[in-house]
Amino acid sequence: MSKKTIELEVSRTPEMGMDFRPAPGPMQPVDLAEPDLRAEKMLINVGPQHPATHGVLRLVLELDGETVVRCLPHIGYLHSSFEKLGEYRTWNQVIPLTDRMDYLAPLIYNCAYAMAVEKLMGVEVTERCKVTRVIMMELDRVFSHLLWLGTWAIDVGAFTPFLYAFQEREKVYKLHEAYTGARITTSATRIGGMMADMPQGWDVGVRKFINELPRTMDEIESLLSHNAIHIGRTQGVGVIGAEDAIDMGLSGPNLRATGVPYDVRKDRPYYDYETYEFEVPIGEYGDCYDRYMVRLEEIRQSCRILHQALDRLPDGPMNVDDPRVILPSKTDLMNDMESMIHHFKLVMEGVKAPPGESHFSVEGSKGELGMYVVSDGGSKPVRWRVRPPSFVNLAAIPKLVEGGLLADVIMVNASLDIVLGEIDR
Amino acid sequence: MSREEGSGYRDVPGPADDTGALVSMPEGLERAHPSVPELQARFDEAFLRHEVVAGDEHVVFVAPDRIYPVLEWLKTDPDQAYNFLSDLTAVDFGGGRPIQIVYQLYSIPHRHVLRVKAEVPLTDLEVESVVPIWSAANWLEREVYDMFGVRFRNHPDLRRILMPEVYAEGHPLRKDFPLRGRFSRAEQTRRALAQAPEDYYVPSDFGPGRDFQVVGWQEVGGEPVPVKEVATKGKAPQPSEDGSSGAASGDRTSS
Repeated sequence: MSKKTIELEVSRTPEMGMDFRPAPGPMQPVDLAEPDLRAEKMLINVGPQHPATHGVLRLVLELDGETVVRCLPHIGYLHSSFEKLGEYRTWNQVIPLTDRMDYLAPLIYNCAYAMAVEKLMGVEVTERCKVTRVIMMELDRVFSHLLWLGTWAIDVGAFTPFLYAFQEREKVYKLHEAYTGARITTSATRIGGMMADMPQGWDVGVRKFINELPRTMDEIESLLSHNAIHIGRTQGVGVIGAEDAIDMGLSGPNLRATGVPYDVRKDRPYYDYETYEFEVPIGEYGDCYDRYMVRLEEIRQSCRILHQALDRLPDGPMNVDDPRVILPSKTDLMNDMESMIHHFKLVMEGVKAPPGESHFSVEGSKGELGMYVVSDGGSKPVRWRVRPPSFVNLAAIPKLVEGGLLADVIMVNASLDIVLGEIDR
Repeated sequence: MSREEGSGYRDVPGPADDTGALVSMPEGLERAHPSVPELQARFDEAFLRHEVVAGDEHVVFVAPDRIYPVLEWLKTDPDQAYNFLSDLTAVDFGGGRPIQIVYQLYSIPHRHVLRVKAEVPLTDLEVESVVPIWSAANWLEREVYDMFGVRFRNHPDLRRILMPEVYAEGHPLRKDFPLRGRFSRAEQTRRALAQAPEDYYVPSDFGPGRDFQVVGWQEVGGEPVPVKEVATKGKAPQPSEDGSSGAASGDRTSS
């Protein structure tokens, strides 16, 4: 007779009912070791395929209960080796690579790259080109912030602002398409100018857009800014101080939300930004809510700059009159030997940058966007390096989420406004 | 300073030495930068040369073994206060020339820009990590290590960042690295398909005390294999009776 049978026999007492279940009685102590779950840490994996990671970001989180103890970001799933590819292309052929990095603000990348190469070559673009590029960069700052606003609202659980933001965004897509023929992969700039002058009435379209945008922004703001759920999810979440933010290399709205008024447009002005009237919004607490408020205000300030830029848009040539970089006109080409030689050399060899290097920073939508170009005198870059603002911003995410709750990781990630195409390059 | 007084394109003398950068400098510019003269006076033996490129960009070359004290002084000295590490990258000019490590510094209080460079020879690709000075250097140095193979001493977590950890083809942004990689397309596909998801989804990123951790990579039959150490409460992995060891170190056993 096995041990189990004996136990059954013993336990079968008259108190047992018909269904062999023991009748209710005093609980017997059970000699089972209770697993101590308090010391157990849990690992969870967020991404790379997760809608709230805004791309292919993977976060490995070590949890103690619901508290994040450690966060380890893994990137590189979208690595496309743009910088290596750029070394095999002529200076102008690099431009299509730049807008594929940050596909949320492609024109800023186009302009920043062209500006770095022009600085290296000593080319001064025309007034009309300068103002056009300012319009394009500010337009894409709005464009990028609108996408951020929509996805931010989705992450916080609000669906309506997403639809409003994307409706406005569609108008910028149309403006992109009207100017460059492409909605995202704009490739709008050339060394020394633009791909073309702006089409008839394009500036009117921009003005119409920025006239209508503030009303939509008011509606979105009324849905979010004083919303109790939104405030509860974002205030005091993902806090970083000014000292730490500078130490981590944060830039753009993420740094300004901590109270540091560092904006490349103000601190190292390019393209006459010092003559535009606009303010740099800064936050106070450095939390997610401040980052939200800073970006909202930046959209409005960008509209201000756009109004001023459209007002001062001068007539005149778009491209610089420099045979080293810009093709001669067809008439000159057919009538002038010199122009034909320039045309031949430009088409066959491409633009040639003198030996040297240049590091040029603009204020991108995500932060300080630096373009570092090194030339040995040939028609291809020796090195083309992008100072990626999202990459540096994302490196701070362990500091922001560790010690917080798991649900806040999503909000912190949304508040950093990353784009993986540029992080992985 | 404006471009007129600087070296514009037309008066540029051309490539001077192997680096392709400009050495001959217009008169007066060497004193124009607020940090360079004092840097030169203080670190005379480490200060190699000073260039001005693209009109107004100041570049200081520093001996690679002294890069840490120079950068630390630039950050901590209140008159310099380069508290913002804007960029950290490297440039390979090819042809066996030294790799330049580029530190792009910015001082938010003083609004000064300075670029510091250190040239490291290909035979000794190692510099001191600047993560203790700027935390921003953490990922940037990892990227330079990944792309150029430059090792950073005392870096807290020097791993590949953009390429997979099992990537065996080298460092992609080096000039001797072919655009399409070192392996054939068929071999690259085979390796991609042969990767075990566990290599990426184990808690290997977390330090000791976990179940096991990847302690390194080794080539077994031409394959990069993670060497996993089973941390069973301080007990070293014991080889089992049939000769294959507990850890993935199959090339040492001879069964």
